[in-house]
Amino acid sequence: MAYLLKGVSILGAEPTDLFIKDGVISSDKAGKDAEVIDASGLVALPGLVDVHTHLREPGREDAETVETGSRAAALGGYTAVCAMANTSPVADTAGVVEQVWRLGREAGLVDVQPIGAVTVGLAGKQMAELGAMATSAANVRIFSDDGFCVADPKLMRRALEYVKAFDGVIAQHAEEPRLTEGAQMHEGEVSTRLGLTGWPAVAEEAIIARDVLLAEHVGSRLHVCHVSTAGSVEVLRQAKARGVRVTAEVTPHHLLLTDELAAGYDPVFKVNPPLRTRSDVEALRQALLDGIIDVVATDHAPHAVQDKECEWAYARPGMLGLETALPIVLSVFGEQWDLIADRMSIAPARIAGLAGHGGDLTKAGTPANLTLVDPKARWVVDPGGLASRSRNTPYAGLTLPGRIVATFLRGEATVLDGKAVK
Amino acid sequence: MIKHLRSAADLDAATATLILDTAAEMAALSGREVKKLPALRGRTVVNLFYEDSTRTRISFEAAAKRLSADVINFSAKGSSVSKGESLKDTALTLQAMGADAVVIRHSASGAPHRLANWVDGSVVNAGDGTHEHPTQALLDAYTMRSRLGRLDGLKVAIVGDVLHSRVARSNVLLLTTLGAQVTLVGPPTLIPLDVAAALSEKTQVSYDLDAVLPDSDVVMMLRVQTERMQDSYFPSAREYSRRYGLDMLRMRKLPEHAIVMHPGPMNRGMEIAPEVADSPRSTIVEQVANGVSVRMAVLYLLLGGK
Repeated sequence: MAYLLKGVSILGAEPTDLFIKDGVISSDKAGKDAEVIDASGLVALPGLVDVHTHLREPGREDAETVETGSRAAALGGYTAVCAMANTSPVADTAGVVEQVWRLGREAGLVDVQPIGAVTVGLAGKQMAELGAMATSAANVRIFSDDGFCVADPKLMRRALEYVKAFDGVIAQHAEEPRLTEGAQMHEGEVSTRLGLTGWPAVAEEAIIARDVLLAEHVGSRLHVCHVSTAGSVEVLRQAKARGVRVTAEVTPHHLLLTDELAAGYDPVFKVNPPLRTRSDVEALRQALLDGIIDVVATDHAPHAVQDKECEWAYARPGMLGLETALPIVLSVFGEQWDLIADRMSIAPARIAGLAGHGGDLTKAGTPANLTLVDPKARWVVDPGGLASRSRNTPYAGLTLPGRIVATFLRGEATVLDGKAVK
Repeated sequence: MIKHLRSAADLDAATATLILDTAAEMAALSGREVKKLPALRGRTVVNLFYEDSTRTRISFEAAAKRLSADVINFSAKGSSVSKGESLKDTALTLQAMGADAVVIRHSASGAPHRLANWVDGSVVNAGDGTHEHPTQALLDAYTMRSRLGRLDGLKVAIVGDVLHSRVARSNVLLLTTLGAQVTLVGPPTLIPLDVAAALSEKTQVSYDLDAVLPDSDVVMMLRVQTERMQDSYFPSAREYSRRYGLDMLRMRKLPEHAIVMHPGPMNRGMEIAPEVADSPRSTIVEQVANGVSVRMAVLYLLLGGK
């Protein structure tokens, strides 16, 4: 199928016509078989890339499947997502990552790029067969024990070194486990008032500080998952100034929400790392603007109803993110399209090694992975209206700017008129 | 009147004072031959206890029964809870049975807040995790007022494991509302960071019990669990006792009129010496008696008893 996007604004530029044919951006404007889409008032962005998604399959198909998560992603403007390894069984072998990769292909709504576990069973004891995952059909490049920190410094050092052989990167969930035993929320005024065990900022900062030094020592790439504190930003700022090869992500929820939301004990606001304070939020926003934090990643974490409709302490941490990420970023930063394209598509595609994504839409031949946004549209988040199988969005009832009108994966529409095509 | 009592922060000064005044009227009853009032006849009060706490449960039970309410005791052990029923399903069951009030004790902070989403009746927090225990604070305030005649301007030292203490949180909130000046005393590891900002800006913190005692009208000793030792909050029970335990020597530093309180259960010889616990300054037994009167007042007022 060929498409002609009439009057589209590429990254906020003057309206133009964009022609998609044979899976790429085409300079040929004369295709008469093309489906014409009136894209006036719409902004074209390179398809969004999420380096941190939980698709829950295999194991918790009641919370999300590769297919439902892919649909949520496409509706959120994504053309590629990196599926975290904390499934059941854990994605710590070539077999499991290939299964996830194949399920993604079958769903056909986004490129599902599996992330491999760093250690067997995420147990933090023994390195998983990273090489086998790298050379599998899934072509794994990011390895992460996300949900758990690779806390053992020797193991972390070895993992950082080992993946150099295939240009891999370790994505660290930075959380010193001894400092967060029993932790329920950010340690501070609110945790003291609510009597919930605190998750101190230093538990994240100490691991990031250690890991940038390790990465520097062995000359490896490090990626830091879901940075949540102002102190972490300062550690990263210094490391980057020294030339350490470190990249970092921030979630939409850490760019918007604060720990005050825990006050009603509604576990929909429970997440790991926890929501922090207003000053952390301000520091994270600035860090994303400055490029100290490279990308926005959703940490989309679907959970079944019963895992959230309970006491705070018993609830699982995590929030939905795929369908609200771009609107949240738009609401925080406004229509800074170059910034949004870089932090949500170009940089994450680079980090994940996804060559066909985050391309230049003004160049003929660029793979046609893109999304069309109506920046003037406003919508109210209705948990029941989301495509995810789960309902644990922290934004229920919030009015957000920016509606995804269409998404294209290699020239094929995955979303049209705001609806998934399959 | 408020509907739920989930936190001492639910109480403004007028409401708290009303509860204490009502408790005084209830206490007058206990001297009578027939201790029962018909106020809550036909109403159902459920004691939903997910944690063992015989003393709190029987206190609430006695309070409800003296008001002629029907009392259902629902304890986590030997109930559907051990079969893994969720709090929500238990709440819906109680709701279907027509509970007018649910008194909940739970190991998870905020469980009463969650419960209040799922039942129409009043929810009374009888201790939730390391969060709050508001009726304990009310009975403590009642005890202080009856012993010392006032709360406004009273200097109260709360000593011990403030970090894990629901009693401390509720007391700070309530006492501050009623005009008392609270000083939290303990090893720095057991005093939460930002505690003044979290609870009340007027709260003071001290790590030196000996310095605080001479200027205190009330000293409230908190239970310190010896297992905190394993978690490096302090090196040993002996050292804790030496630095923060209230023994006879320390008690002499208190002004003549000062009282010694403890919410119980005590670790005699750890945070409080037996001689202190049994001394005339100690209000520990009175606190238990006052607990029933205060809980009667709370149930009576929340349920709009007539």
